[in-house]
Amino acid sequence: MKAGFLPKLLISPSAFLTLVCVYGYIMFTVYLSFTTSTMMPSYELAGTASYVRLLGLENWQASLSNLGTFSVLYIVIAGVLGLAFAILIDQKIRAESLFRSIFLYPMALSLIVTGTAWKWLLDPGVGLEHTLRTLGWESFSFGWIKNSEMAIYCVVIAAVWQTTGFVMAMFLAGLRGVDSEQINAARVDGAKTWQIYLRIIIPQLGPVFVSAFVILAHMAIKSYDLVVALTNGGPGRSTWLPSVFMYQYTFTRNEMAVGAASSVLMLLAIGLIVLPYLLSEMRKVKNG
Amino acid sequence: MADATASTHAAPHAHGASGPATSFGIGRIALYALLIVLAFFFLMPVYVMVVNSLKPLDEIRSGNLMALPQAWTIEPWLTAWSTAQIGVQPTGLKPYFINSFLMVVPAVAISALVGALNGYVLTQFNFRGAHLLFAGMLFSIFIPFQIVLIPMAKTLGLLGLAGTVKGLVFVHVVYGISFSTLFFRNYYAAFPGELIRSARMDGASFFGVFTRILLPNSAPILVVTVIWQFTNIWNDFLFGASFSDFSSYPLTVALNNLVNSSTGVKEYNVHFAGAFIAALPTLVVYLLSGKYFVRGLMAGSVKG
Repeated sequence: MKAGFLPKLLISPSAFLTLVCVYGYIMFTVYLSFTTSTMMPSYELAGTASYVRLLGLENWQASLSNLGTFSVLYIVIAGVLGLAFAILIDQKIRAESLFRSIFLYPMALSLIVTGTAWKWLLDPGVGLEHTLRTLGWESFSFGWIKNSEMAIYCVVIAAVWQTTGFVMAMFLAGLRGVDSEQINAARVDGAKTWQIYLRIIIPQLGPVFVSAFVILAHMAIKSYDLVVALTNGGPGRSTWLPSVFMYQYTFTRNEMAVGAASSVLMLLAIGLIVLPYLLSEMRKVKNG
Repeated sequence: MADATASTHAAPHAHGASGPATSFGIGRIALYALLIVLAFFFLMPVYVMVVNSLKPLDEIRSGNLMALPQAWTIEPWLTAWSTAQIGVQPTGLKPYFINSFLMVVPAVAISALVGALNGYVLTQFNFRGAHLLFAGMLFSIFIPFQIVLIPMAKTLGLLGLAGTVKGLVFVHVVYGISFSTLFFRNYYAAFPGELIRSARMDGASFFGVFTRILLPNSAPILVVTVIWQFTNIWNDFLFGASFSDFSSYPLTVALNNLVNSSTGVKEYNVHFAGAFIAALPTLVVYLLSGKYFVRGLMAGSVKG
């Protein structure tokens, strides 16, 4: 039915807030990234100077390379484990919902809580290393979190722990949607369970793989809380991600234009991943 | 997953091992062994948090993280709650726990109500730009919030809300309505249209349809929305860290402050107790309503 005055009136605050606080603010930040802003916003244009400075900063290059390492490992490991967990859960097991709940509960926790728990678990002075040595394995050594070459892998471990259950839930919903007739036919023909998964079920999960990739990739780019709580970017800048870089340069180093430029690049990266996906999803809904 | 409304109601049939589940072979035993090991690994961090929050500090230093306490104590909990140093003041986490509640309750209530109204308008009425508006809200779910931090800080300053809990409520409502609108829109899109049409024929007003037809049938999606928003807003760190000060820190920021800026002796047991206090509200919600939590996750993960 055609909207009269009242429905339009009621949706207008949301439309206004979205227009201003999402898209208006994005424009504002994009504008700032082309200015000379330092501690406070300045409106004096400086062309692409802040982007040139950003791309030349070692802190930014390190953040990007850390993000590369983190996101590839995070997406692949959480994706593979999520699928594996979903398949294990899909074996008509007893206490299915108990196992599902156990694998999924980290998703309900704040990443600051997750970061705190893993910070001390991975800390050689008090965590796993200390514990195993106390138990008699005296040569055991696990100090990744204190090692600038390895600390980023600690972020991967904690992030995978947090999200694997979520990926599992996505794959499980996909598995349960697969047509069972084909499976029964294959079973009658004598196919083994692993053959059925490999040849019939997994190939039908294409859309879930795409969804999982998009969700995990955008979470990886946005990751901030976990790094702050787990390593606070350290040792040195070995676990800086673009999100940490943005916060540091904008709010503590008084280089607002550079901070703004870094957030624009984060938005671009997410847009490149998310927009094609959203457009294709919306087209599917329209046609279906 | 293309159909966001259907994907959450997957039929409960499994295609794993054929035959009845009672036939226990080597394979089944290995399967359960593997699942139990994995479950142990997933529970371990929370076990460690709880066990070590009940030990004296010297027992953590000399003993191991996995052991049960020898001298049980709730002292770390009391310290974390009421006397631990947060920033410069020995206030414990209590005032910040209260801040988080004062932030989360209005933010969840407002965003859920606005989302329900938006869902109603977007599914039952046509107007120019409706699709564009929804697409715009949908994309805003994914944006990295770093892109809005600077202008939002300026806006909160202009509104006189900088460094207040009210300011945080405002921010969470602004960036929460996209999610709640999405939930309600997808739910109402699948709502039987005849019910609404016949109510209109009987002369029901705009609000009559909403309050007498839609809302009474919205319990499931309302629960999903409230749980989802509660979890997200309670767990938020970035907005809290950017827009609050000592008097208005939410719990996550206070906890991070406690753990990461403590000078001198690191009181692991107090940190673990504090972390568990911060985790408790969302964990309780999860345990009580896991089913709805999963639905929120799935509806939030893919939307059309």
